[in-house]
Amino acid sequence: MTRIDRIADPWGTRTPYGPGETWPVRVDRYLADGLTDGDVDRWVPSASILHSNGDGLDIAVKDGRIVGVRGRAEDRVNHGRLDPKDLYGWQANHSPDRLTRPLVRRDGELVETDWDTAMDAVAGRCRELLDEQGPSAVGFYTSGQLFLEEYYTLGLIAHGGIGTNHVDGNTRLCTATAAAALKETFGCDGQPGSYTDVDSADVIALFGHNVAETQTVLWMRILDRLTGPNPPAVVCVDPRETPVARAATVHLAPRPGTNVVLMNALLHEVVGNGWIDREYVEAHTVGFEELEKRLRDYPPEVAEQVCDVPAAQVREAARVLGTAQRLLSTVLQGFYQSHQATAAAVQVNNLNVVRGMLGKPGCGILQMNGQPTAENTREAGADGDLAGFRNWSDDAQVADLARVWNLDPMDIPHYSPPTHAMQMFRHAEEGSLRWLYVTATNPAVSLPEAGRIRSILAQERLFLVVQDLFLTETAQLADVVLPAATWGEKTGTFTNVDRTVHLSEKAVDPPGEARADLDILVDLARRLDLRDKDGAPLVKWSDPEGAFEGWKECSRGRPCDYSGLSYARLREHNGIQWPVTDDAPDGTERLYVDGRFHAAPDYCESYGRDLVTGAPLDDVEYKALNPDGKAVLKAAEYLPPHELPTQEYPFQLITGRTLYQFHTRTKTARAPQLQAAAPDVWVEMSVSDAADRGLGEGDLLEVCTARGRVEARLRVSGIRPGVLFLPFHYGWWDSPDGQRAANELTPTDWDPVSKQPIFKTAAAAVTLLAASGGTPSPAPTTTGSRPVAADVPPTRGGEAALAEETVGGAR
Amino acid sequence: MKLGLAIEELHRSESHLARSLLAVSDRHAADHEIFHVARDLAGWSRRHVAELARTGRDFGVELDPEPPEDPGVLERVRQATSDRLGRRPEPGLLLLADLRHVHRQAAGVSLDWELLAQAAQGARKRELLELAQRCHPDTLRQMRWANAQLKESATQVLTS
Repeated sequence: MTRIDRIADPWGTRTPYGPGETWPVRVDRYLADGLTDGDVDRWVPSASILHSNGDGLDIAVKDGRIVGVRGRAEDRVNHGRLDPKDLYGWQANHSPDRLTRPLVRRDGELVETDWDTAMDAVAGRCRELLDEQGPSAVGFYTSGQLFLEEYYTLGLIAHGGIGTNHVDGNTRLCTATAAAALKETFGCDGQPGSYTDVDSADVIALFGHNVAETQTVLWMRILDRLTGPNPPAVVCVDPRETPVARAATVHLAPRPGTNVVLMNALLHEVVGNGWIDREYVEAHTVGFEELEKRLRDYPPEVAEQVCDVPAAQVREAARVLGTAQRLLSTVLQGFYQSHQATAAAVQVNNLNVVRGMLGKPGCGILQMNGQPTAENTREAGADGDLAGFRNWSDDAQVADLARVWNLDPMDIPHYSPPTHAMQMFRHAEEGSLRWLYVTATNPAVSLPEAGRIRSILAQERLFLVVQDLFLTETAQLADVVLPAATWGEKTGTFTNVDRTVHLSEKAVDPPGEARADLDILVDLARRLDLRDKDGAPLVKWSDPEGAFEGWKECSRGRPCDYSGLSYARLREHNGIQWPVTDDAPDGTERLYVDGRFHAAPDYCESYGRDLVTGAPLDDVEYKALNPDGKAVLKAAEYLPPHELPTQEYPFQLITGRTLYQFHTRTKTARAPQLQAAAPDVWVEMSVSDAADRGLGEGDLLEVCTARGRVEARLRVSGIRPGVLFLPFHYGWWDSPDGQRAANELTPTDWDPVSKQPIFKTAAAAVTLLAASGGTPSPAPTTTGSRPVAADVPPTRGGEAALAEETVGGAR
Repeated sequence: MKLGLAIEELHRSESHLARSLLAVSDRHAADHEIFHVARDLAGWSRRHVAELARTGRDFGVELDPEPPEDPGVLERVRQATSDRLGRRPEPGLLLLADLRHVHRQAAGVSLDWELLAQAAQGARKRELLELAQRCHPDTLRQMRWANAQLKESATQVLTS
């Protein structure tokens, strides 16, 4: 056992391994106040909640309080390892800022009240609007951080009980394009690959995916391959010099907004050189001819011109991808939050499909998520989809859902795609959506064009309910605030990127009168008196296990089939990949083995959309295109980004995240080690741009776009010239006068297919406000924001951040 | 041979569609997807107009390679007005009317491409046929977009 500062060394000690071997065990733990295992009363099973990796862990409890965490050696996802956010983040549960009583707005002020008063106000206003206007007045905006049971109940209440089409999650900002890209290619959501593909891949390609910061444990797995025998080659596409870029065999840094051109050029080379599996393409796909035709317009020279990536580098990357024996491709925000998001992400699918590299060890696609439970938002129908990946435009599937819920199919809105988040806020802006129930998310800081969002949320005519742990920037604008329990204080399941389901047990009681989200939702359903078609209560459960049993029936026979799982089974063996059925009781490692897809017209979740206009295809079009349910190779033409640099705004601004913070920092800022590691906003600029303007490390800059301004200290980093980077985490709850929210600057624009907002192509300008005077930028030095200059003090956690590491041992 | 006439007519209807799409975009600046996608789709019609002008020369018709544009001032006024009206419900009805208009216009353009393709086949004008085969699918996508947007917008506008 060793002690290690996991702020200074976020990925910990290497445990090298070779292709096809089992990833060695390394158990990470952090206990508060010098406690040891002997002091812990009990360990309660759970999984990680501050990112999407789904690492199995146990929560340490002493005297009814959480005192630490340790990774679970036997868990298939992490083999014992933990992300620094998990090691330290649990401390936020104990924050004195926790909401402990409901609040209602009286004479303009939020004042404490009791649950009955608060819930009557919420349900009362909802009922009033349903009587006056109908379900179009009512909307729900949820999260990627609740539990499966809560999403399923929320979707049932909203879609089935109230009959509104306005239900979405903040997953719209993080993972909507993953779902959309999978639907376009495979007719259905559902992650094809598995983390174990890292163990045997000989090429790992990361497209806009800074895995070193977003899923640190997955990066540890890759790093351990890279330091072992016969390491894989790494291809990285990212405009920043991230830790992934530094480890890459080939690093392509395209101009923001040009991913479609780059992908088309890579495919141009792969197809042109015949690096394809013709047999697979013929047997298992449609659309190859059209793809081949489209690619003719995109030789590497076009990419050189449009993306500003040397043609020789494109050819080199294509050679690595094209000659891989076992190719694992992953995608995240650099594609999802950029211009033509779905079109670009679909081309990554195309790469693996034309190479026939799917459904075999080492051959996989990971269209990533950003949040711990984003997968559940998608599958349970709380994010603009119907529960169980059901197709809203297939009457038979809607009827099947109505059967499960004991409703008339007419009660479930399916006349158009469920309303996406940005459109819900638009409806609130023009006044037709008048009651908005926000759970576990902070749109005032996280949505683009923050000034506009604030003015929408602050409207008198909008009744805003916020259910959260803290008085967030959004909660401050609410009419009713409901105090919620969080991870460790309630029981439920959640599912990670590679479909691994974990049960997270209640370890301690929530503070004060805070209640589990599920309890609050069940209470709402009762107060609204929602009933099924026989007059029985619509929501037939009152506890998590009951909700899980309900969900199992809903998922039965669908691609995300949980019918073979139970709480008992997960208590016996936590961490099982869906689908879990009678035929596959131990779960399913990879989808689409032997080219068998979920794309048949009467089974698929989506008929697809036009990749430029976003218009949905109808059943007739889809049946003509793909009658046998094969994979669909969809071609895409490039369109220039909607906001291009000008003389006045010469830079392209991209926003993103850092390893040490999560979302709008509601939890991570309340964990001292994490907050100290990345305490404030910064702006990154390339060496040449800084030199041209006479700017240096630590200078205080004003960053402007047509929407607003932010003040931030400059970090001169390895980012490509012409691009600025701002982290989006920093709102104003702990800095009321700060001009620092990145979303003051971002435009309102989204991908017409996935409806995911675009955070990576705003035209921006910088002005020097004050020279550094020796103060460095608050940006971490360990990550993508590593300084070019050598004299910046390194990011360290010190004594308070010493965590334990035990390498080796059995799983 | 009336091929020149058919090209001229198509040039007229595509120019008109390009202008309508831009006008719809300006009028609904607060509906951001309409604003951006209508502009992208106007770009397709502009490309068709340029290609028709180039091909037209081979058939003895002189056509402007650019659709006539609105003066920039009017465009800005429209965007500013629509932004200000963005907090009111009435533009929702206007949006439905506008999308309906775009759909009908695109349907007209689509028929014009079919006429041109028929004529090109009859007259064995390979280049002209290829032009129609290249451009016509874009028109159908413009039409489907208007239809889809109309469907998605209608419920909220009409039930609130």
